Amino acid sequence: MLNGIVPHFIPLDASAMKPAPFKYVAATSLAQALALKAEYGDDAKFLAGGQSLMPAMNFRLAQPAILIDINGIEDLAGIHPSGATTRVGPLTRYRALQRDEAFAGMFPLIDEALPHIAHPQIRNRGTIGGNLSHADPASELPAIAVALRARFRVQTAKQERWVEASDFFVGALTTDLKPDEMLVEIELPRVKPRTGACFMEIARRRGDFAIAGVAVMTTLGERGECTGVRLAFCGVGETPIDASSAADALIGHQPAQTTIIDVAKAAQAMIDPGGSVHATADYQRHIAGVLTERALRTAQRRARDGH
Amino acid sequence: MDIDFHDITLSVNGTKYQRRIESRLLLSDFIRHDLALAGTHVGCEHGVCGACTILLDGQPVRSCLMLAVQANHHELSTVEGLADKAGEYHPLQQAMHEHHGLQCGYCTPGILMTITAFLDENSSPSEDEVREALSGNLCRCTGYQNIVDAVLAAADRMRG
Amino acid sequence: MSTRTFGEPIKRNEDHRLLTGQALFIDDLELPGMLHAAFLRSQVAHARILKIDVFKALQRPGVVAAYVAGDLGDYWQPGPILVPPPPIEGIIFHERTQVPLAKDKARHVGEPLVIVIAESRYIAEDALDDIDVELEQLAAVVDMEKGLGAGSALVHDDVGSNVSAYVRQTKGNYAAAAAKADRIIKRRFRYEHGISSPIETRGVVAQWDRRANQMTIWDTTQAPVFVRNGLAGMLGLNERQVRVIAPFVGGGFGPKIMMFYPEEVLLPWVSMKLNRPIKWIEDRHEHFFATTHERGQIHDAEMALSSDGRILGIKDVFLHDGGAFDPYGLTVPINSQCTLLGPYVVPAYDSTFTQVFTNLPTVTPYRGAGRQHGVFVMERLLDFAAHELNIDPTEIRRRNLIPPDAFPYNNEIIYQDFEVLEYDSGNYEPVLDIALDAIGYEAFRHEQALARQQGRHLGVGVACYVEGTGIGPYEGAKVQVQSNGKVSVATGIGTQGQGHFTVFAQIAADQLGVAVTDVDVVTGDTDQFYWGAGTFASRGAVVAGNAVNEAAKVVRNKALKLASDLFECSEADLVIEDGKVSIVGIPQKFVKLGDLANQANPMRGAVEPGTEPGLESTRYFGPKMGATANGVHAIIIEMDPKTFELKILKYVVVHDCGTVINPMILAGQIHGGVAQGIGNAFYEKLVFDDQGQLLNASLADYLLPTALDVPRMELAHTVTKSPLNPMGIKGAGEAGAIPGGPLFAQAIEDALDLKRRSVELLETPLSPSRLFELTRNART
Repeated sequence: MLNGIVPHFIPLDASAMKPAPFKYVAATSLAQALALKAEYGDDAKFLAGGQSLMPAMNFRLAQPAILIDINGIEDLAGIHPSGATTRVGPLTRYRALQRDEAFAGMFPLIDEALPHIAHPQIRNRGTIGGNLSHADPASELPAIAVALRARFRVQTAKQERWVEASDFFVGALTTDLKPDEMLVEIELPRVKPRTGACFMEIARRRGDFAIAGVAVMTTLGERGECTGVRLAFCGVGETPIDASSAADALIGHQPAQTTIIDVAKAAQAMIDPGGSVHATADYQRHIAGVLTERALRTAQRRARDGH
Repeated sequence: MDIDFHDITLSVNGTKYQRRIESRLLLSDFIRHDLALAGTHVGCEHGVCGACTILLDGQPVRSCLMLAVQANHHELSTVEGLADKAGEYHPLQQAMHEHHGLQCGYCTPGILMTITAFLDENSSPSEDEVREALSGNLCRCTGYQNIVDAVLAAADRMRG
Repeated sequence: MSTRTFGEPIKRNEDHRLLTGQALFIDDLELPGMLHAAFLRSQVAHARILKIDVFKALQRPGVVAAYVAGDLGDYWQPGPILVPPPPIEGIIFHERTQVPLAKDKARHVGEPLVIVIAESRYIAEDALDDIDVELEQLAAVVDMEKGLGAGSALVHDDVGSNVSAYVRQTKGNYAAAAAKADRIIKRRFRYEHGISSPIETRGVVAQWDRRANQMTIWDTTQAPVFVRNGLAGMLGLNERQVRVIAPFVGGGFGPKIMMFYPEEVLLPWVSMKLNRPIKWIEDRHEHFFATTHERGQIHDAEMALSSDGRILGIKDVFLHDGGAFDPYGLTVPINSQCTLLGPYVVPAYDSTFTQVFTNLPTVTPYRGAGRQHGVFVMERLLDFAAHELNIDPTEIRRRNLIPPDAFPYNNEIIYQDFEVLEYDSGNYEPVLDIALDAIGYEAFRHEQALARQQGRHLGVGVACYVEGTGIGPYEGAKVQVQSNGKVSVATGIGTQGQGHFTVFAQIAADQLGVAVTDVDVVTGDTDQFYWGAGTFASRGAVVAGNAVNEAAKVVRNKALKLASDLFECSEADLVIEDGKVSIVGIPQKFVKLGDLANQANPMRGAVEPGTEPGLESTRYFGPKMGATANGVHAIIIEMDPKTFELKILKYVVVHDCGTVINPMILAGQIHGGVAQGIGNAFYEKLVFDDQGQLLNASLADYLLPTALDVPRMELAHTVTKSPLNPMGIKGAGEAGAIPGGPLFAQAIEDALDLKRRSVELLETPLSPSRLFELTRNART
């Protein structure tokens, strides 16, 4: 459910559904927000859409001393296509991504995944940057960022650096972000021509945590041969899993059913799901394979048919 | 720690309010208890049930997942503002009544707010689209069928 | 009489307040000087309490008080037994009821240890962190079978075992039946039910008014009268000094009738102590521990049959998880035991159950109240019997249905209302026929084969059940014509969305010739109506409805008598409609009901001796026993054979609950029940670890069905009146929720061809992951 809003086991430490006290600052500029973060470090949390942070605070699982609200920093929202890349501001809400037809056309993988993210009310508030920074392993967008080979610009009050998506997610709910850093831009490279994308996931109910999800992008050559496959999972490990190398056998060949089955098996071997109250680890592994087969076939067909 | 107070100004259903509130006060609690607009209900306080759905600048959001202080300078709408000034039902309220779309009525305000916004954007929804739009609002009494019928009927009526 | 509204889909009187945000729910109460409560609850399932120190919490600004068990003095008492065990020979029952605050031992996660009172709920929650608690963790009893084994930890040390109760009921001679059987089907079944999860959690507001010597308690209870009586006794007050109001309640489904919850007992006491109003609203997380559950049973059941599929007898031995305390007696397992018999002729029955104490939250009825468990066992046994005897599963059911001329049908065992389980009336075969027709059973096998050729896996399920409803003891109603001509109806039951403000108004409106909208119904306020039992067991419409009818009839007769005196004519010449009484054929000769009410309360002059003032009557109704409703559900599903995702393509309910008061409201009750049945069958499961920790205590992980998970339902009704009440009605509140488990199991087996693959579904709930595990080693 709700992409990482609620941790899977809420201990009954102190029965609480109201946040502990904190100091709130509505930042009016990125510089102000970063200066505060530099000052308070791990005691401070950025508040973007709040759709994961607020439930954690209501349960008192998160008790930041200071909350830096970045919703007023308008520069942090927006979708900016430019040549080879598209830059997305971290404060861009799911709703904005869903309603930008040009963006959906450029990144059908994201477009296909967005309806799986919780429900309309959540998508009206939740942001792409908040999602990625929260790094819930069951969440769709981290896996998609990995599949898309996205890069993240992260910034402190003094400097900035770029991090590859595959290096950004280091554990469950843990990223490469330092205590004084903010994710300030997501850079998505343009998708190659003759690429078909497919995102599939299984959750108990629509909008729930993924029990397993797979993002696939297949690129075909002019003769219909497979020239590249990206394959990434969500929900089956501590981080999104890049299993693209499992698809090496497809490269250079006309796609064949038997190869796809082998690829799915190889991909299954690359994941180590933990099981949950909703699914055993074996079931997760099983459906990761089923979804991989199905998504590979769909992506291939879409690449061939041009959408 | 000293209590972190903030002065906020906002509008709810067209009425302006100014209040001094603690930063940690949830928007749902603020609306219900500080503004005495208790029609907005609270069912889970972790963003799942949808009972607390209100409109923030016209868009449905969970008021339990926002702080009151975040509503500063924003316009909110709640169930109390749905009927017109003369007390005439919104077409969705009327349809919910006619189709028995509510039983205990606790989830109803959240559903009304979610779906009135949905119908503003999609005036001819299919049943599947209605169910999708409803999927973020849990109802334990109705089995949803009469709500779906009410939404379809309201859409029909609103198209005229 | 005006146009009859009885039986018509009358729109609800209560909707307007609910649709405009004006209905008063408990958390809407704002009282001057109100304080807020929060509870520190045990984090472990079983522990000895070594130390609780609230000193630091009391130092926190805004904290007013904090109490532990020892602070309660003589007020600390185990709660009363709510439903004593029925008079069954040889019964064993160990009464161990919940306490306001755990004293020596904590017996389940979530059991309250400390109540903190503060100026706001936020501060009260802050203070919970300040409390210093030392617990010595003990081994937890979680698994029922282990709990009964030698050397198990004991939930209640003084009981000497974890047996809460033991009951055996028999009918006929099962051993003899088994001896002459052609086939015996024997299986072990596990059925788990879940938590009711109304969208409004529980809440209590208590206000002691020292000057008036009056206690007012707003409570999300289904049974305000009993809450008043009990609390008055505990608080040392007269019942008249205590007013309990159940305002609009956001769904109940059973657990809101449980009493006395610790919070119900504590808030009034604290309010008296502090002379301030106190509010406690259960949060959703607390709801998973602090509100009662329904949970699991394990049945070892066998059915003896003749070769033509006739049931000769059934033997069942089952364990029932009762949780840490047993204040609700044996209602749930007795329901399982009795409802198992279903609509079928079962000549011999030998049923034994053991209710087991566990270190888990207490089990009390939740919609269906154990009936599901019994129906699952019976319907699954019939499915396996049909398969082994090569009879169609619907045909084996048909062959065993109780014939219509066999009613009243005596099952010779004792039901939850302490009466012999006797079905009052029924006509079962047409219900099955209509259901099979509606689901398209004949044509389905062909469609299924065609779909299979396209790689689609369809399956069908059909399940039958009966539901004991409308049990006693009694309810009452006061019907009164006001001087403005409007009618007031008051009854003692609580309401949680069932449409009582409308169906009771319909009943009164028809008797008194007024519009339904002119009847104002009050439920759940003990100052408005003094007597009653509560809303449970699908009984509100049956028992209170008949009381309203009786009272309204008396008022009608009073009005006619007064008018006949006024017009100096015979009552037979009068007609009562449109809010007035007039002479037949002379509509201009009339008197308004309101004026009659005024005249019935004269200010001067003499009245005849024995005259009662006003157009008013209070009447009580108590049925001899419960009325038995019945139904058949049928389903067609599609399964993804690889991912085990399930889609419901068609869902049919055919139901007979006697006379229908309002078909619109009845349909709503069925819809909602089915949704909960679907949840029970495929989504909702309380997952505990072996330490008694609930691993999915949030609505993100405890999966209530959404609008995408509940299909459109097709409903049909037959009417077999109940002879037990003048209106001929039977209850309908729980029917929709009852047969989901066997229905899904049957349809999934069919869709995945599990019979051929020698896989049997013997448990509820199921899930895609569970189906994967159950079938992974089966042949394909």
